[in-house]
Amino acid sequence: MKFRTLALAAAIASVGLSSAVFPSAAQAQAQEQFFPVLVYRTGAYAANGNPWANGYVDYLKLVNAQGGVNGVKLSYEECEFGYATDRGVECYERLKGKGATVIQPLSTGVTFALTDKAPVDKIPLITAGYGRSESQDGSVFTWNYPLLGSYWVGADVAVQHIGKLMGGLDKLKGKKIALVYHDSPFGKEPIPLLEERAKMHGFDLQLLPVAHPGVEQKATWLQIRRERPDYVLLWGWGVMNSTAIKEAQATGFSRDKMLGIWWAGAEPDVKDVGDGAKGYSALALQHGAEPDSKVVKDMLAMVHDKGQGTGPKDEVGSVLYMRGLISAMLGVEGVRQAQERFGKGKVVTGEQMRWGLENLNLDQAKLDGMGFAGVMRPIQTSCTDHMGSSWVRVHTWDGAKWAFSSDWYQADDKVLRPMVLDAASKYAAEKGIQRRTAEQCKE
Amino acid sequence: MFYRENGQFKTSYVADQQIFTIAQDKWFVYGLIAFAALVVPMLADEYMFRAILIPFLVLSLAALGVNLLVGYCGQITLGAGAFMAIGAYAAYNFMVRIDGMPLILAMLLGGVAAAGFGILFGIPSLRVRGLYLAVATLAAQFLCDWAFLRIGWFTNYSSSGSVSVGTLEAFGWVINSPVEKYLFCLAFVVVFAIIGKNLTRAAIGRQWMAIRDMDVAAEVIGIRPMFAKLSAFAVSSFFVGVAGALWGFVHLGSWEPAAFSVDRSFQLLFMVIIGGMGSIMGSFFGAAFIVILPIFLNQFLPFLGNLVGVSISTAGVSHAEIIIFGSLIIFFLIVEPHGLARLWSIAKQKLRLWPFPH
Amino acid sequence: MAFFIETLLGGLMSGMLYSLVALGFVLIFKASGVFNFAQGAMVLVAALAMARFSEWANAALGGDSLFLANLIGIVGAGAVMFVVAWGIERFVLRKLVNQEGATLLMVTLGIAYVLEGLGQSFFGSEIYSINVGMPKEPVIMFEGLFEGGVLINKEDFIAAALAAVLVGSLTVFFQKTAIGRALRAVADDHQAAQSVGIPLNKTWVVVWCVAGLVALVAGIIWGSKLGVQFSLVTVALRALPVVILGGLTSVPGAIVGGLIIGVGEKLSEVYIGPMVGGGIEIWFAYVMALIVLLFRPQGLFGEKIINRV
Repeated sequence: MKFRTLALAAAIASVGLSSAVFPSAAQAQAQEQFFPVLVYRTGAYAANGNPWANGYVDYLKLVNAQGGVNGVKLSYEECEFGYATDRGVECYERLKGKGATVIQPLSTGVTFALTDKAPVDKIPLITAGYGRSESQDGSVFTWNYPLLGSYWVGADVAVQHIGKLMGGLDKLKGKKIALVYHDSPFGKEPIPLLEERAKMHGFDLQLLPVAHPGVEQKATWLQIRRERPDYVLLWGWGVMNSTAIKEAQATGFSRDKMLGIWWAGAEPDVKDVGDGAKGYSALALQHGAEPDSKVVKDMLAMVHDKGQGTGPKDEVGSVLYMRGLISAMLGVEGVRQAQERFGKGKVVTGEQMRWGLENLNLDQAKLDGMGFAGVMRPIQTSCTDHMGSSWVRVHTWDGAKWAFSSDWYQADDKVLRPMVLDAASKYAAEKGIQRRTAEQCKE
Repeated sequence: MFYRENGQFKTSYVADQQIFTIAQDKWFVYGLIAFAALVVPMLADEYMFRAILIPFLVLSLAALGVNLLVGYCGQITLGAGAFMAIGAYAAYNFMVRIDGMPLILAMLLGGVAAAGFGILFGIPSLRVRGLYLAVATLAAQFLCDWAFLRIGWFTNYSSSGSVSVGTLEAFGWVINSPVEKYLFCLAFVVVFAIIGKNLTRAAIGRQWMAIRDMDVAAEVIGIRPMFAKLSAFAVSSFFVGVAGALWGFVHLGSWEPAAFSVDRSFQLLFMVIIGGMGSIMGSFFGAAFIVILPIFLNQFLPFLGNLVGVSISTAGVSHAEIIIFGSLIIFFLIVEPHGLARLWSIAKQKLRLWPFPH
Repeated sequence: MAFFIETLLGGLMSGMLYSLVALGFVLIFKASGVFNFAQGAMVLVAALAMARFSEWANAALGGDSLFLANLIGIVGAGAVMFVVAWGIERFVLRKLVNQEGATLLMVTLGIAYVLEGLGQSFFGSEIYSINVGMPKEPVIMFEGLFEGGVLINKEDFIAAALAAVLVGSLTVFFQKTAIGRALRAVADDHQAAQSVGIPLNKTWVVVWCVAGLVALVAGIIWGSKLGVQFSLVTVALRALPVVILGGLTSVPGAIVGGLIIGVGEKLSEVYIGPMVGGGIEIWFAYVMALIVLLFRPQGLFGEKIINRV
């Protein structure tokens, strides 16, 4: 018995070691552009991680079905990290070795961990709608691309929206706004900007942290019931969102007076609350649920109808699916832009990819051509601005679907820009980074 | 045949009290360290260093610390993650707040800070024991999680609560590449393993073991339980704290409190129990098992699926991974409740007689 | 004043829910000396099974009868919990008789991994809902007594009542039935129980089954409140201070402990939390348990630990 188990243990150990030494899957072929896909399809955040991952992978499949990027096919590999930062870093290291030229972690924790590694490994980091807000400043954060919007953009627009509903930003004076946030770097990101805005308009900001994973919020909502804030901002992810809406219902707080960040405004957050979530609004990172857009129809025709779809068919076009799809599109367009300069039909390197992302210019005609008409607005990045666009609108759950309920807002650069510059300069000083000059930007 | 001690006579007490009384053992360990320091840097690639070897080394150091407390002194703890956090944040603050602070000194001071808190949170062990104590130590875990999230001073008022460190430098040596980081960790681990081994052979280690085996009896023969238990907490937390500083500074580079969550505490206790309680070697086995196995399964299962022509979804792989991981834990605990280290010593015993067992 | 009462009630209600999970810990610890960390995973598996079986039944029945679908769900989930209990006894516990507490604790963590993996691969890892017709909207009461009235959550009340009924029936089961007596005998002394002819293995299956059913009730209530998803496993961590405070071997202890912890953490979060930045309830519960332990190392109602040399 002992010997048998011993032999078994030895065998397991040796196989384990050998596989660790020789990574099992084959190296990506040289003629394909490799996209690493960090996903979380299990664990506490799976319900939200799944549609994003499906959208991301589906878009890569769609590009391949349409003939690739100027003939270059895309390859990809998923790596499951369960929203745990250390497993995420392990995934990054694993996929980096397979020729990754861009990485999109979908986790603020992993973004923080990779921000220092990206310049060393020469792999740009796209964090569409999350990550570090100050990384918008491309002259310090050369390798970070918080495309479409950062949390400071979200916080800024949220205040604008609330102000507008109350009849003007000056009406905010003396009002109470409570921020219910996920107690992590993700949830804390908006606080500096909200504090700045609170000073400007004289409203009272209350901070109510919720511990991971966010299933225990009774005390939070009791406090809200006592303080009776005029508005509640919900900065949650995963199960925290639906729990918050349920607790709001249980304590009788009007869902009309709740506004979520774009990570708290998708189908998994409201689906099982159903009617209880009616009237709940959330920011939309430009797009909402877009089942009627051309890109979704293409997707259904060219991928899902051929039996190649990654997830269930009825999920195509849902909010987080679209988020994943657009994230993948931004990466692919980075490749296309890089090919413009470094040679069409060639596989680009990480450094070339970085140039492509920094010179991304998707105007309305290009977007329409790709089937994104009505889904998003033009986006143009530059050396100093790695975000490219700060347009946001608001959508509301009507009990069955998300529908837009506001006009387009744009974050106020007068508020945002000084804060971004400040925070980026602080980071640069800490790390001993020299801000890139206009000359260096042209390279 | 090769592994026997015939003819190795000891002629002095010094020789009798060496760590490795058998020459083969001694040479094996020397060889292992030489292999790890000289050959591995030539063989391994960046992925190996960053994703496997460095985490393995740092976590084995932490497991070693936990083992001193759990395995040698018999005090079960579920707060080890908190002490890693204290070590990491204390070292960070020493680096940030004192100009020209040497890296290694900051890490050791981080360990000292962790030791201080270890004594504080060890006080309940004077009255509470067993599973009750295990849960009581969770209080330390959750309190630290909260404190590092909420109290801005610890994170130097970083708005997101995430801290990051600059370039690492020790004695003019800039630790930058994965190989250098690996060697840096290796040096720490070797030194601390020797210290740990010697502590357990010394008077203090014997006191701990006496407390573990029967605390009332130990008290009767003149061992002060308070000193023994609290010193075990202090030494263990020191080791764990240094490991925490290494984890933050060398492995992660930038981190948030979630890096040292309650899952980490469970993971460390796992390592000690799977590896073998009361065994220095066992801590390394346990760390290897817990660090490498999930990563291995995660890569091996799709590969296996491809071999038989089945493509498994990412979620499927990940579910299979935790099922197999859990089953292996159960399996090992059933066949050898005393951990992998016991298997190792059984193997050595057999080897002594091999090939003529009768 | 009204708000204080609301907080108090909220605390009592959450406390009752914690006790449900704590009860599972206590049952198993009493009968087999195992500190079962897999209780959280059992709650997850039970809730997942219930949610999915009733969903499938509802689809098969054409959505006619929610009651029937739920009934099928409960029966199906009960069967799953029986299989789980039998499997744990047959493949794990039977081989680990007489091992140390720490080893058994680790084994239950291994079981928790296996259950989490199996549960999610059979039933999926999205958010599912359990609809047993719980009222969701709150009511305002005592408006004449206090300004603004006291907000009361009907769902919580029903859940707490269910928990109370469960505890009552468990007490009867343990005190009055033959199986219950056998369980208590096994808990007191394995060898003595075996020598008077009580089958150890069968008894263990029964006790794990009962713990599984308690997990099912907890899973239905929590699942109906929060939705059924992976985070349910973390309720086990919230229930730990409850068992420690009440004592590992006491059923009433789990209830009283739950109420104390529930009230303590809600009051602390609401009244002390804002002063220190909030988010203190989880460690506050543990610190409360710790303070009790300093005075009574075996918990409020636990059996006194006697050491012999």
